[in-house]
Amino acid sequence: MVLPDTLLFAMEAALNGLLSGVMYALVALGFVLIFKASGIFNYAQGVMALFAALTLVGIQQGQVPFADLIHALTGVEMHGFGWTLPAVVAIVLTGIVMIGMAMVIETLILKHLVNQPPIILFMATIGLAYFLEGLGDTMWGSDIKAMDVGLPQGITGWIDESTNSLFGYGFYVDQLNIVAMVVAAILVTALTLFSQYSKQGRALRAVADDHQAALSVGISLRFIWVLVWSIAGFVALVAGIMWGAKSGVQFSLSLIALKALPVLMLGGFTSIPGAIVGGLIIGVGEQLFEFFVGPLVGGATENWFAYVLALLFLVFRPQGLFGEKIIERV
Amino acid sequence: MFYREAGDFKTSYRDDGQTFPIRFDRYRYYAVLVFGFVVLPFLLNDYWTNAVFVPFLIYAIAAIGLNILVGYCGQLSLGTGGFMAVGAYACYKLTTAFPDVNIVFHILGAGIVTALVGMLFGLPSLRIKGFYLAVATLAAQFFLVWLFNRVPWFYNYSASGQISMPERTVLGIPVTGASVAPWAGYLVCLVFAVALAWMARNLTRGSVGRRWMAIRDMDIAAEIIGVNPLKAKLTAFAVSSFYVGIAGALFFSVYLGAVEVGEAFGIQKSFAVLFMIIIGGLGSIFGSFAGAAFMVVLPVMIKLVLVDTLGWPTDLGAHIQLMVVGALIIVFLIAEPHGMAQLWRLTKEKLRLWPFPH
Repeated sequence: MVLPDTLLFAMEAALNGLLSGVMYALVALGFVLIFKASGIFNYAQGVMALFAALTLVGIQQGQVPFADLIHALTGVEMHGFGWTLPAVVAIVLTGIVMIGMAMVIETLILKHLVNQPPIILFMATIGLAYFLEGLGDTMWGSDIKAMDVGLPQGITGWIDESTNSLFGYGFYVDQLNIVAMVVAAILVTALTLFSQYSKQGRALRAVADDHQAALSVGISLRFIWVLVWSIAGFVALVAGIMWGAKSGVQFSLSLIALKALPVLMLGGFTSIPGAIVGGLIIGVGEQLFEFFVGPLVGGATENWFAYVLALLFLVFRPQGLFGEKIIERV
Repeated sequence: MFYREAGDFKTSYRDDGQTFPIRFDRYRYYAVLVFGFVVLPFLLNDYWTNAVFVPFLIYAIAAIGLNILVGYCGQLSLGTGGFMAVGAYACYKLTTAFPDVNIVFHILGAGIVTALVGMLFGLPSLRIKGFYLAVATLAAQFFLVWLFNRVPWFYNYSASGQISMPERTVLGIPVTGASVAPWAGYLVCLVFAVALAWMARNLTRGSVGRRWMAIRDMDIAAEIIGVNPLKAKLTAFAVSSFYVGIAGALFFSVYLGAVEVGEAFGIQKSFAVLFMIIIGGLGSIFGSFAGAAFMVVLPVMIKLVLVDTLGWPTDLGAHIQLMVVGALIIVFLIAEPHGMAQLWRLTKEKLRLWPFPH
């Protein structure tokens, strides 16, 4: 089959966009979880991913946390513990750190902000984002780190070959994106099963529906919040691993995560499938827009395309694609 | 003792509605103005002007602008950095296109251009609210920064992609450019800050301000009692952007002199100004000044203590500063959601009774 080159390139761009959309969706998932369970729009989700990735790399490579600070305070020079842990161990340890963080966040922040208007909670998470960013940098240093947990990278052989034999042009698809897709699929399935069939999951949905009603039937709100933030921390860890492996662990990770916001607006804040579909739309739209329009206007349109698309979309459908209809009562 | 309404008789409605109903407050306000206009210009050196006073005044203007939108009208915006960039680039384009016109008019013109752009990006606020709007304003932030970065017309096709301010004078005294005296730049900012704060105070307590606050408190109820949400929201966006645009123009022309848009007006700037109004107090003009002062002085203090005195590395100081700012936001939201303005109000209440407990 011989197709025109432009079409082939566009198809490749769309395919890659689809897969990078999955990466956005990974971050967006964490937002949705917390928003559904506590009505908090957790701006810090992106920074949590960055923090998780930093901690993972730090633990794996045996860095001493707060080494710079200790050096500045006491003058003791420390150069790490000198071990390199297997990736699995490091991931489990980081998971524990994220759970601990969820507990601390609940006790120190959320508990005191019950019943505050959502906008105050949102701003509190912005404060949290700044704090975590500073904490991550103070703990592990702000230099760009390479993430190496053994994920496959580079060109995907079978896609290259099959498209080559089909169209006479091999598509370049990064293996990492395929892995991300599989991981996202597993994550969504696991989360759906968990919230549908386990006791805790049902409690979680009850809290999402109505805080007070859930409290009155004996569900511990505080436990559920810790649970939700732990799960969000875990999702952040997964997202952090994927993004970290893709582009290195660095500050811009938290900015990439900002792009999860338009994804959410497209999909609707309360829908897990919405997060995935929104991610795909943004991913593909961004790549195709950059491919067709980018060269005409000077490129780098992916900086803003997602936001403007979401903005225009919202004007016509304020609750997003899959969001619950906004009903206002006076 | 001295802080009482007693003996301060009001004989007209005008007296009754004044901003500082207590005589001591009024005199204190005049004293601050005299100090700012007459005494400070003689005391200022380069370091204090550039590190503290000029950024404080400029951020105060931006904070008042954002406070009008967020604190008074209840429309959360994360696009402040982008609108400041509009102000800066409008000022640059105007001053290079009409070099003979006084710079003050260029800065005001920059404010008007920003107001128009702000209204454009404010249009979606009629359909979307809350977080959705906050994210929608991010579109303004990223799109505008990209625009100024990529379209050469905006930076007059300069090779570096930067814009830099030529020398301009007010009453024959240079206020922008390389050879500007510390006090000249400071005075320009002070005049703008005082005039704009005065205007904001009077706007927010008049009918326009009451309409904004009605929309903030409950938009549907406001609509039912006859507030036009289209007009109220768009005027809030316009006035707010006017302030932010002037702040951006001053930030570029008087403070920095040369600007690279992504660096000076990035998303960090939007958050910095948002923090100022949270810490200072939403819906308060005084709070905007207090928050701006706090956020300008804090990094200077942290640097002074950690880096200069204790000799810690600069990057460690910067990281700790991030942590402190983040923690302070949370502490303020938990302990005093109305910010420093509320603390100030409480202090004044206490002072009125002092030395008696009740």
